[in-house]
Amino acid sequence: MRAIALAVLWGLTFAAAHAAEPGRTPLPAIAIEKPGQCVEAKDVMRRDHMKLLKHQRDKTLHEGIRTKKHSLNECIACHASQKTGTVLGKDGFCQSCHDYAAVKPDCWDCHQPKPGQKTAGARP
Amino acid sequence: MAIASYVETQSRPAAFWGLLAAGGLFLLAAFAAFLHFEHSGHVVTGMDNQIVWGMPHVFAVFLIVAASGVLNVASIGSVFGKPVYKARAPLSGLLALAMMAGGLAVLAADLGRPDRLIVAMTHFNFKSIFALNMMFYSGFFAIVAAYLVTMMDRSLNGYSKVIGFLAFFWRLALTTATGSIFGFLVARTAYGSALLAPMFIIYSFAYGLAAFLIVQGAMYAWNGLVLDARILARMKNLLAVFVGAALYFTAVMHLTSLYFAKQDAYERFLLLDGGVYTAAFWLGQVAVGGLLPLALIFLPGATQARVIAAAVLVVLGGLAQMFVTIVGGQAFPLEIFPGYAVTSSFQDGIVNGYSPVAGEFALGFGGIALAFLITVVAVRVLRFLPQDDFAALKAED
Amino acid sequence: MSENNIDRRKFLAAAAAGAGFVAIAPGIRLVEIAAAKPDNEPVTSKVRWGMLIDTTRCQSGCTECVSACGKENGLSEVKKPRTDAQWIRKIDLKELKTGRALSLPMMCQHCANPPCVDVCPTGASFKRADGIVLVDRHICIGCRYCMMACPYKARSFVHEPHTDQNPEVPRGQGCVEGCTLCVHRVDRGGTPACVEACAAAGHNAMLFGDLNDPGSAIAKRVREVKTTQVRADLKLDLGVRYEGI
Repeated sequence: MRAIALAVLWGLTFAAAHAAEPGRTPLPAIAIEKPGQCVEAKDVMRRDHMKLLKHQRDKTLHEGIRTKKHSLNECIACHASQKTGTVLGKDGFCQSCHDYAAVKPDCWDCHQPKPGQKTAGARP
Repeated sequence: MAIASYVETQSRPAAFWGLLAAGGLFLLAAFAAFLHFEHSGHVVTGMDNQIVWGMPHVFAVFLIVAASGVLNVASIGSVFGKPVYKARAPLSGLLALAMMAGGLAVLAADLGRPDRLIVAMTHFNFKSIFALNMMFYSGFFAIVAAYLVTMMDRSLNGYSKVIGFLAFFWRLALTTATGSIFGFLVARTAYGSALLAPMFIIYSFAYGLAAFLIVQGAMYAWNGLVLDARILARMKNLLAVFVGAALYFTAVMHLTSLYFAKQDAYERFLLLDGGVYTAAFWLGQVAVGGLLPLALIFLPGATQARVIAAAVLVVLGGLAQMFVTIVGGQAFPLEIFPGYAVTSSFQDGIVNGYSPVAGEFALGFGGIALAFLITVVAVRVLRFLPQDDFAALKAED
Repeated sequence: MSENNIDRRKFLAAAAAGAGFVAIAPGIRLVEIAAAKPDNEPVTSKVRWGMLIDTTRCQSGCTECVSACGKENGLSEVKKPRTDAQWIRKIDLKELKTGRALSLPMMCQHCANPPCVDVCPTGASFKRADGIVLVDRHICIGCRYCMMACPYKARSFVHEPHTDQNPEVPRGQGCVEGCTLCVHRVDRGGTPACVEACAAAGHNAMLFGDLNDPGSAIAKRVREVKTTQVRADLKLDLGVRYEGI
């Protein structure tokens, strides 16, 4: 029993030591290209962005509330990579973090991950 | 006093594994079709914006309707107290669960977004007959499972009658709701009739009993048993009554429809010049699923093999009926402007074609395979083979 | 409702009345002046968006409205007529008895009692307070029961994956969709793309506006001339009406 416990402890120490080594653990590439403040504090966005988006999506779709603050299109407009023009791709703002966290968002089956293309009838 | 002794179904392991492998192959093919459809989209199927429900729904609705019908055998036993049927109640309950699972799996596999099945179970529009059906289906599993437990666990036998009653009424409500899926479609000429609900109940009686007879026959053959002639006579006569009633309802449905002048065009399409749908109706639903089984049952000298052949024909006729009802009803052009000839880029005013692809059949057969596998495994590990008390049977005569 | 809002309504009513007058005089009107609500306010049932289609002005063979809809909503040109989405289509009609021919666009009729909403198991098909019938694709499971129920064949199923969406009009494989009355434009005071295109082509066969506002051009027109609701026997109280059928 003691031997097993020791082995586990040793294993954990080993793993921790290696995790600390740079380059061994792939980290998400969070590149904020546009300077300035996000619509909420960083820790709120990291933890609750999906709740904000979901709340906004229901308000927009069912009640026609089209404020920009928590709108997905505004997120994309700000966070799309200037190089690739999208929030997806290996180092894309959304995808790199979601790959890291192994969470597959359902957004991109329908939503356009590239900003731009304002429609004729939309107010500027 | 001779109670047929419980035959060890654990015998013949090679054949058992062979059955599992065969069923597994069908299930695998269905899974491949499912992945293909979901990856490429429904564009690779024969279904389109006009025929939105195709072969998968034909099989799925058939399995669901037959699942509710197969439970009748148990209901006749516990609700109406017939010992011959009581001995068959556990097998009937098992088949009901297995076929319901098979049908629902096909239905789910054909959804545009099967990954959102959880949404279907958490978001309900209570006005929708479809949502009501989902609740009936879930309840069906729970009630029939409880029914099985009360029948098979001697300490709970006392509850089996009450739960049997509940299961009986539940399945009637369930089939009413299933028929109403079509009955509530007011816009289409082929549907929108209150008659569809009771008609689906009668259909379910026939399809369910037919499925039961086939499985029972296979189990008896597997164990080298012969079904008692008196039991065979009763069950075949019951099947004949159900098949006759199904034919009667079909006739009434079309006769009332013919009475209304505005539905003449649809009846003409279905009964005379609808091509494959007309053929499926007369040859499939009426001849193969109705008249032929009746002849096999009633011509003198009916053997067990002939009764089972009749049951197989009833199942085939049932699939034809679902094809006529589901696909035929959509093939007939939706009349938006009565009194006008219409043309458009969206197939307005024309009879819609439908060529199902192999994958759609694979999905449908996968549902049957799932029901088959559940049954094969269950009858091997638990005691589902009917245990007849022939003394009681004799006393009844 | 805030005071500011009441002022806005008054102003809009006056503007609409003026516009209506202009419309009656030459019998032609351009684009309806619609009430733009502030972005942060929910839509209300005070408004009932509707459309009036004058079939006597609609030209057979003209598909301006269809192309405009495709462009606006990111629908590709119809290459596979069986499976491609068609939110709006032109139907050519010929009366069987008289031979009278006419042409009209057919799309979601935005029923007040929509069968698609009744049958939808998850509630994905829904009607907004202002009468626009939409699909919430976040909870649409793609069962297609609404397509079975719709008397107008107004819904399409997305049969293939898509990547060319307009950011304002998300759409994707496996869900059912239909005409949204260009809700993203309407919410910002615009008009549906088809109506705009019809006016730009000089036909002016489509009139969009608030049926509940007695001063609106559409409300005046339906008050003055006989309009038809398609399949009126179903009593669905349609938002889209036709003239000259």
